Amino acid sequence: MTALLELQNVHTYYGHIHALKGVNLRVDEGEIVTLVGSNGAGKSTSLRTISGIARAKVGHVHLEGRDITGLKPHEVTALGVGHVPEGRRIFPLLTVWENLEIGAWNVSSRSVISSRMERVFELFPRLKERLNQKGGTLSGGEQQMLAIGRALMAQPRILLLDEPSMGLAPVLVEGIFDIIKQINAQGTTILLVEQNALMALEVASRGYVLQSGSIALQDTAHNLMNNEMVRRVYLGEN
Amino acid sequence: MLDARPTVGAVSLRSLAEWIYRFILFPIGQMFVFVVGAAVVLTLFAYGLALLFPEPRPNIVLVDQVNRQLPGMIISGITTGFVYAMIALGYTLVYGVLKFINFAHSEIFMVGSVVGFEVMRRLDDAGNLPFWNPVLLIMLIILVAMLFSGLLAVAIERIAYRPLRGAPRLVPLISAIGISFFLIDFVRAFQAITRNDFNLTYPTNDLEWLRTPVKLAIGEGTVNVRPTQFVVVLGAVVTLIALNYFVNGTKLGRGIRAVSQDMTTAGLMGINVNRMVSLTFFVGGSFGGAAGALFGMNVGTVTPFVGFIPGIKAFTAAVLGGIGNVTGALLGGLALGMIEAFLNGLLVYFPALGQRYTDVFAFSVLILILIFRPSGLLGERVDEKV
Repeated sequence: MTALLELQNVHTYYGHIHALKGVNLRVDEGEIVTLVGSNGAGKSTSLRTISGIARAKVGHVHLEGRDITGLKPHEVTALGVGHVPEGRRIFPLLTVWENLEIGAWNVSSRSVISSRMERVFELFPRLKERLNQKGGTLSGGEQQMLAIGRALMAQPRILLLDEPSMGLAPVLVEGIFDIIKQINAQGTTILLVEQNALMALEVASRGYVLQSGSIALQDTAHNLMNNEMVRRVYLGEN
Repeated sequence: MLDARPTVGAVSLRSLAEWIYRFILFPIGQMFVFVVGAAVVLTLFAYGLALLFPEPRPNIVLVDQVNRQLPGMIISGITTGFVYAMIALGYTLVYGVLKFINFAHSEIFMVGSVVGFEVMRRLDDAGNLPFWNPVLLIMLIILVAMLFSGLLAVAIERIAYRPLRGAPRLVPLISAIGISFFLIDFVRAFQAITRNDFNLTYPTNDLEWLRTPVKLAIGEGTVNVRPTQFVVVLGAVVTLIALNYFVNGTKLGRGIRAVSQDMTTAGLMGINVNRMVSLTFFVGGSFGGAAGALFGMNVGTVTPFVGFIPGIKAFTAAVLGGIGNVTGALLGGLALGMIEAFLNGLLVYFPALGQRYTDVFAFSVLILILIFRPSGLLGERVDEKV
């Protein structure tokens, strides 16, 4: 079976910094796969390389067998990859409604847009109340909802989530992870990058551990949670 | 058309009323407030000056001069102000998206004024200029200038700026200055070769309607207003309303705003960022072109060097209003135009000063703004993230 998303020996550089040193990774249709690792291990860079913000100097990114290495971000998005960037990056001066509309940039049918918007409101009723508010005035949790909702407006096949729990209160983090499971249950494949390794491994089926730019470990989420090294380094146990 | 409304459904009367308010009444009201505000402030300033210096020269009572000159100064301030505002929009739109000052914009404006001349001159050469309906003629001139300057701006971006994206900030700036010189010399060479002269006078001799001043009765006196001043103001108001609708009411405008707030994320949303940048240059350039044609009609004669001063003043206006802010460009342009018109009218009564010193004061505004309020009058959005 061809993987929905596959990275083969991907090397990415920022200037002279060798950020990814041969990452191999695959995500199958319907899975939640998580990428854990410490700061600067290359988690975000992996996502950025997939969606075309960063360029793989060596290696290939395949989407359903098709080589998407070196495509521009907007081209990758058009092929069904949604990316919720680190730090949420909503458009601060656009209203919630405008942010969602931008998410559906490639959709021209008004009825499709409004039905997708309804689906987003089912997941995040809060956004409906904030419709005419500027994105920058939302709370952190609401901004995260908006960032995810905005990516869903394009109805991606695979959703790349970069640190969705960052800067959120623990109560909200629970909520976000519930939503991630829901989105997955509705048929969207998810590649989740998290510093909060415990939470990530709880929702994921498989996981990869990134260490200074390459994959140190890969296994089912269950096995990773019981792995001694993972427990010590990423789950904070002694 | 009702894109800007969150509700999806039948076009109700209420939403139509709201649309008219948002895209027609509100921008007109805004311009009106800015014009009146600038006029009031400067009128107070003029009378304050008259109080401070009752008789700056023997036998010249400043209050009488202010009374006499006031309507004329206000009208000329509005005219200049709208031209500045339209050019300033080009600077501000491009800055909003690329965080870069397009110093070739003054030459895009100049090309607009030359294209306006070419259209009129060619119609005149063909002998049918006097038979054109005035409104159609003006629309034709403006539209051709807009199209030409807009496409020129797109080409400049593609050739001279895009390859330098990501380079240090000074590099595209220098490239812009190079383009600027290139355009000046190119137009000069072109006109020198084809017309053997680069002082280009709009052929208005046969157009009675464009040459006869309109007498406006204000109080006891009358003021002569050139028809071109009406044309400038009307043309500017119409195009500015169109711009407001485009930026705030259409999908493409939303895309431009998204790109200007966060280019990388806009790409992730499926927006072709380069296309949006080109579109921004087209819109900004076409406004520069329209301003050029209106300016040319108003002053009568243009040269390849005509862009520099209005360009740098419009840049001042954009900074004054808050660079990157569309409303700010409008306010800054009108304010600067008004300041200049008043200085032009009043400086002549002061010994050792004269109209020639107007620019000194106009650019002092730029320096003061840069020192005391670098974000401009309306620019609270210095929220650039790293």
